[in-house]
Amino acid sequence: MIRIDSVTKRYPDGTVAVDRLSLEIPDRSITVLVGPSGCGKTTTLRMINRMIEPSEGTITLDGVDIGKQPVNSLRRSMGYVIQNAGLFQHRTIVDNIATVPRLLGWSKDRSRARARELMERVGLDASLAKRYPYQLSGGQQQRVGVARALAADPPVLLMDEPFSAVDPIVRKGLQEELLRIQEELGKTIVFVTHDIDEAIRLGTMVAVLRTGGRLAQFAPPAELLSSPADTFVEDFLGTDRGIRRLSFFTSETLELTKSPIVSVDSSAEEIASRATPEAPYLLVTGLDGKPLGWSDPGDLAAGEIAADRLLPYGRPFEYGKDSLRAALDCAVLSPTGWAVAVDGTGRVAGVVSQQTIGEAIRSAHASGQRDEKVAG
Amino acid sequence: MNGFFHLPSDLQNTWLGLVGLHLREALLPVLAGLVVALPMAQLCVRFRWLYPPVLGVTTVLYAIPSLAFFVVLIDYTGLSETTVMIPLAVYTLVVLVPAIVDGIRSVPQETLDAADAMGFGPLRRYVQVQLPIAVPAILAGLRVATVSSLSLVSVGTLIGNQGGLGNLLTDAMFYHRPMLAVNSVVTTAVLAILLDAALVLVRILLMPWMPRATRAKRTRADARPEPSAIALEDAAR
Repeated sequence: MIRIDSVTKRYPDGTVAVDRLSLEIPDRSITVLVGPSGCGKTTTLRMINRMIEPSEGTITLDGVDIGKQPVNSLRRSMGYVIQNAGLFQHRTIVDNIATVPRLLGWSKDRSRARARELMERVGLDASLAKRYPYQLSGGQQQRVGVARALAADPPVLLMDEPFSAVDPIVRKGLQEELLRIQEELGKTIVFVTHDIDEAIRLGTMVAVLRTGGRLAQFAPPAELLSSPADTFVEDFLGTDRGIRRLSFFTSETLELTKSPIVSVDSSAEEIASRATPEAPYLLVTGLDGKPLGWSDPGDLAAGEIAADRLLPYGRPFEYGKDSLRAALDCAVLSPTGWAVAVDGTGRVAGVVSQQTIGEAIRSAHASGQRDEKVAG
Repeated sequence: MNGFFHLPSDLQNTWLGLVGLHLREALLPVLAGLVVALPMAQLCVRFRWLYPPVLGVTTVLYAIPSLAFFVVLIDYTGLSETTVMIPLAVYTLVVLVPAIVDGIRSVPQETLDAADAMGFGPLRRYVQVQLPIAVPAILAGLRVATVSSLSLVSVGTLIGNQGGLGNLLTDAMFYHRPMLAVNSVVTTAVLAILLDAALVLVRILLMPWMPRATRAKRTRADARPEPSAIALEDAAR
């Protein structure tokens, strides 16, 4: 466990970057430091591997004061990933990744073998091993940065805005990759970002820092969204925190209905019996059980399904796996106001109206608040 | 071309011998200049305030004519090759120091941060990260220094046959054999082109990590006047 104990960083010109910060960073989980620029999040990170020395307070790693450890061996025991990767442009990809093992005195062959192993782990093609950094895309360079940090298998990983310089699609891919790697390796990760979405997506615990280097709130992301400590945290979370919070509730609680669903080969009587004032549209499924589209009430009156005049069903959500946020999004995007739920194979599991989703949201919030009271 | 390689006996040397002498008198100063410039540049990077005065001093030294150096040096080193080479070594600093400083400063901050974070000590960081990344800029400076030094050796003839191929120039006047002057100029020019090409080749072979399209842009020293332009300027002095 990394324990930051009332640490202050004051520069000679009087600026206070970090102000009496205390944090307990749990092992084998991702702790995100988030806040606006000038909140001291990078300074805090750099004090953990002593690239910056604190003015007051102590930082301990597993109970040992890091200020009393030799600085280079301390740094070699902590992986460090930086914005723009900071690769060595004069070394090949494999040699970049092998840097820390080489510093630790491993043989060249062993270091390179380890580097190739890590390339696979972070999803880099083995053919890139002999390339130079300039030949790689930004996203690939960042993967090399992560592999390089993991090379000597350090228990701690420090990440300083590692994904802020890549485009949103690549960033999402890198975030998913990080979560996957973390599931496999279980490192103690301290992650700095200014992007609250990234913080909520990745963090097991999120520390929100305010300008001047003071801690505003330290909580799991769901708690941050449901009960922000003050208006600063609330503003920082943005106007859609209610919607964002829904991503922490499963869609399993939704009551699906199958009554407005017909197969493409249904008879006219069956169609007539299914349409109700509450659900005037019918979802038409193919013979394989996958959704085709919504049928218009006007067409239904004629007693048959015009397969070429179906309304699009938008994007379905996977029942039980996707969150309430995804379900709500589907309902909002659907032209009929009903969301389509599918199972893992893409077959229709049922449909659900915006109204039903609204009820589920209300009960989820109520139970969420109860849980917090119990926990508190 | 008859008599092109037939040299007057007072030179006490063959054409090839003069080429060897010329190369030695030109290249040893560049090497000495590099050895002095490396620590000087590192100091300038470390202590920023030091760079402008160092630049000023090297420029002033560059402005002192070699004859003036000879007058002072002859008392100590006599009519020797050393007397010729000392000013030449001093002249290289005006190119090499800024080239190395630019090269080392061109290393991105995040690369340095990454090196620190991985536990490189200061010396290891200098040798394994900063210097290799600065090599293209240093090589660009070396190209200018080498060609300029090559053209300057000829002045050595003024202190008694210490000018390598330049000695042919005085003999051309003395014996009224203009072909000797042509020989001197052409040979020096060919040597300059060959050495410059060799340094370019070294860069291509040693630096596969540089993006080819941006090579010229990345090394600021490349943006300086062509080596040949400086060489001509020096010959005119």
